[in-house]
Amino acid sequence: MLVRSASASLARLRDEVGSVDGVGLEERVAKYTTRSIKKGAKLWGLRRAVSMIDLTTLEGKDTPGKVASLCRKALRPHDDENVPTVAAVCVYPSMVRHARRALGSSPIKVASVATAFPSGQAPLKTRLGEVRAAVADGADEVDMVINRGAFLAGEFARVQDEISAVVEACGAARLKVILEVSELETYDAIRGASFLAMEVIRPGDFIKTSTGKTAVNATLANNQVMLEAIRDHFLASGIAIGMKPAGGIRTAKQALHFLVAVKETLGDAWLNNTRYRFGASALLNDLLRQIEKERTGAYQAPYYFSEAAESY
Amino acid sequence: MPTLISDQRISRRGRATPELIFGDLWEFDPAPETADPRLQSRYDLFIDGKFVAPKTGRYFDSINPANEQKLAEIALAGDSDVAAAYRAAQRAFETTWGRMPGRERAKYLYRIARLLQDRAREFAVAETLDGGKPIKESRDFDVPMTAAHFFYHAGWADKLEYVAPGRRVAPLGLVGQVIPWNFPLLMLAWKVAPALAMGNCVVLKPAETTSITCLKFATILQDAGLPPGVVNFVTGAGETGAAVMAHPLAAKVAFTGSTEVGKAIMRSLAGTERKMTLELGGKAANIVFDDAPLDQAVEGIVNGIFFNQGHVCCAGSRLLVQESVADRVLAKLKRRIQVLRVGDPIDKNTDIGAINSRAQLRKIQQLVASGVKEGAELYQPSCSLPTKGFYFRPTLFSGVTMSHRIAREEIFGPVLSVLTFRTVDEAIERANNTAYGLSAGVWTDKGSRILKMSTALKAGVVWANTYNKFDPTSPFGGYKESGFGREGGRQGLLDYARLV
Repeated sequence: MLVRSASASLARLRDEVGSVDGVGLEERVAKYTTRSIKKGAKLWGLRRAVSMIDLTTLEGKDTPGKVASLCRKALRPHDDENVPTVAAVCVYPSMVRHARRALGSSPIKVASVATAFPSGQAPLKTRLGEVRAAVADGADEVDMVINRGAFLAGEFARVQDEISAVVEACGAARLKVILEVSELETYDAIRGASFLAMEVIRPGDFIKTSTGKTAVNATLANNQVMLEAIRDHFLASGIAIGMKPAGGIRTAKQALHFLVAVKETLGDAWLNNTRYRFGASALLNDLLRQIEKERTGAYQAPYYFSEAAESY
Repeated sequence: MPTLISDQRISRRGRATPELIFGDLWEFDPAPETADPRLQSRYDLFIDGKFVAPKTGRYFDSINPANEQKLAEIALAGDSDVAAAYRAAQRAFETTWGRMPGRERAKYLYRIARLLQDRAREFAVAETLDGGKPIKESRDFDVPMTAAHFFYHAGWADKLEYVAPGRRVAPLGLVGQVIPWNFPLLMLAWKVAPALAMGNCVVLKPAETTSITCLKFATILQDAGLPPGVVNFVTGAGETGAAVMAHPLAAKVAFTGSTEVGKAIMRSLAGTERKMTLELGGKAANIVFDDAPLDQAVEGIVNGIFFNQGHVCCAGSRLLVQESVADRVLAKLKRRIQVLRVGDPIDKNTDIGAINSRAQLRKIQQLVASGVKEGAELYQPSCSLPTKGFYFRPTLFSGVTMSHRIAREEIFGPVLSVLTFRTVDEAIERANNTAYGLSAGVWTDKGSRILKMSTALKAGVVWANTYNKFDPTSPFGGYKESGFGREGGRQGLLDYARLV
C-alpha cells in the first residue's frame, strides 16, 4: 500500500515538477548582481520598475487619509513627467473604497489583500466573504494567501480547492496568489507550491512570494525558483502567469537585479506590469532618486521626494 | 496534481508551441571596465631580477584577440637567454633562496599575494586584453584565485616539516616550467607558488600569445623584494619552451598544455634523472541523471563548457544525459544559451569573450565542420558577433555518438557534444571511453550514486552537482593522457620536494 504521509506527498510533488538544488540556484542568481546596467539601459529599467510597483500600505494604523496620500503618490510619483505612474496601490480590504475614491477613473488598479491576510487562519467562508467584499468595494485585484498549513501537511487538493474558490469569488478581478515562501522552508516546496497554484488560476493571474510580514521575503533566489516554474508551466501549457516579488526590495539596484532575472529567464514578454510587479513602497522613492541622478548627474536629498506611506 | 512537463505533451496537442522571446526590448548599454592596464609598448625578458633585452635581439607582437590590434612587443628568448636564466636561478638557489628558512620565504609569498590584490583591477584588465577572456572572469576568478594560491602556499612555507609525516623534505633545486595561454596568471601561480614555498628556483616560459601579465607580474616580484634570480621569465614560442624543458640544470620540469607537446617533452627527457609533471588535455564527461535538478544542471553544463570560451582543459565538453530527460535538458540548454552575451571581453556584461588566437579559432572551426560532416545536429544561437577579432558562437551538437571526432578530440572551444545513455553502467563506460581522464561531472539527487560514480570514473577530479570549482587546497591533475602529477594541496606541494 502506498504511504500517504505528508513527506511522501511532498516527495511525489517534487518528482513530478522536478527538484531544485539550492547551491546551484544561489550561484545562478548571484550572476544577476554582476550585470552592469548603465546609462540608457539603467533609465529604462528604473522607469519600467516604477511602472511595475504595487504601492503598498498594510499597517494596522492605516487610515483613509494615509491611503489617500498613498494614492496621490501613485498618481504622481514625481514632478518629472517622464516618470510613469505605478501599477497599483495595495491596501487592506477596509481601505479599498477609500483608495477607489482617491484613484477615480485613473488606470491605476486598486489591489486588496484578502483571505485573512497575512496568516490565512480564518474559516474558508470568512476568507471568501472578505474577497467578495473587497471586489464589491471596487478592488481590481486581489492578493490572497495560500493555506500553508494544508500545504505542509501534504493536503494539496485542499490547497488547490481553496484557491479555486477564491478565483470564483474574484469574478473579473485579477488574482495574485501569495505562497509565503519563508514558511515553505525549501526551494523544492516553493517550486511545488508554484505549480499547484498555477494549475488552478487563470491566464494573467499572478503568483507572489510573500506577505512582507515574515523575516525573509522576496529574494533573488526564491524569485528565480518561481520564474522558472512560470517558464516551465508556460512552455508546457501555453498559459502565461505573472510574478510578483514582495517585501524586502527597497533599493533601485535590487529592483534592476530582479528585472535582469526576468529578462534572462522569461524574456521580453514578462518585462511589463501585466506580468511582473514589485510589492513595495520604500522602493519607489529610491527609483525616483536614481532617475533624478541620471537626469541631473547628482543625487538629491531624500526630502526632495514626497513620502508615500512607510510599509514593507 | 500538477501537470507533467514534457515536450511530447505540447506536440500532441497539435498547436503552436509556446516560446519565450529573448529580444532587444531591454538592451544593455556598453559597460567597459575602465581601469588602466598600464601596458608598456615593449617587454623584455625577466632574468636575475632585472628586465633584460634578449640576446637574439628579436621581438614578436602580442595582439588583443578581441580586435586584432597590437598590444606590445615581447622579447624572443633564444637558447643563450634560457641558459642565462638558469645560471641566475642556480646562483639564487645556492646563495639565498635554497638556504633561506621557510618562515622567511613565506613572508615573500604573502607579500606577492597582497601586492597582486592591490593591483587586482589593473591585472584583470591586462589579462582580458591579452587573452580575450571576459573581464568578469579575470576580475572574479583569475586574479583572486592567483592571489589565493600564493596565500595558500605562503601558509605551507613554514610548516614543511608536516607536509610528509615521518619524512623530511628538501627542495629539488631548479625547475623549468612552461604554461599555457588559457589562464596565464593562474597557471603561473599553480607553478610558481608551490615551487617557491618548497625552496626551489624557477625558470618559467608563458605562452607566446599571453606573455604580458606574466611580465607585469615580474614587477610585483621586484616590488616584493624577491631576491634576484629566484624567478625568471623567458618569453617565446615552442623553441624557447623546448630549451626551458631540456636545460641540464633543471632538476624538474613542469608543463601544462596539449597532450601532443607533453608527449614530445616526455620523449626528450626519457633516460634522464629529471622529475616531471604534466597537466595535459581533457575531454570531460558531464553526466546528467534523470533525477538531477535540471535547471541547476543546465547552469553547470553552461559553466562547464562556456567558461573561458571553453579554453579549459577540464571543460565539460561531452554532455552525457540520461535518455528520459534528454529532450528537456536540450531544450533548456538552447534557451539558456540564447541569453549568453558574446562580444567584447572588456565589457562587464560579456559572458563569452574572444577566442585566444586565429590559430585556435581555425582549429575550432575545423572540428565543428567535421561534426556537421559526420552528421551531428548543430545548434547555435543567432547572436551577432563583432566584425573584428576572433569570436565563435556557443555551439551545441546533438545526436553525437562516441565515434564522432567531436566526441573524441579536445576542441578547446565553446562547443558541446550531447550524447545520451540509458543505464548507470552505460554512462560510466562512455565517460571512460576516452584517452583522457582529467575531470568529470555528475548531476543527481542521489548521494550514493555520486559516491559510486566518483570511484568508477577514471578522472582526476569528479564534481558532483557543480562544475569547474577550484581551490588551492584541492589537488588537480589527470589520469591517462591527461598527464600525471598534481597541482594544489599537499600533493601538489610534494611534487616540488625531495624526500630525505
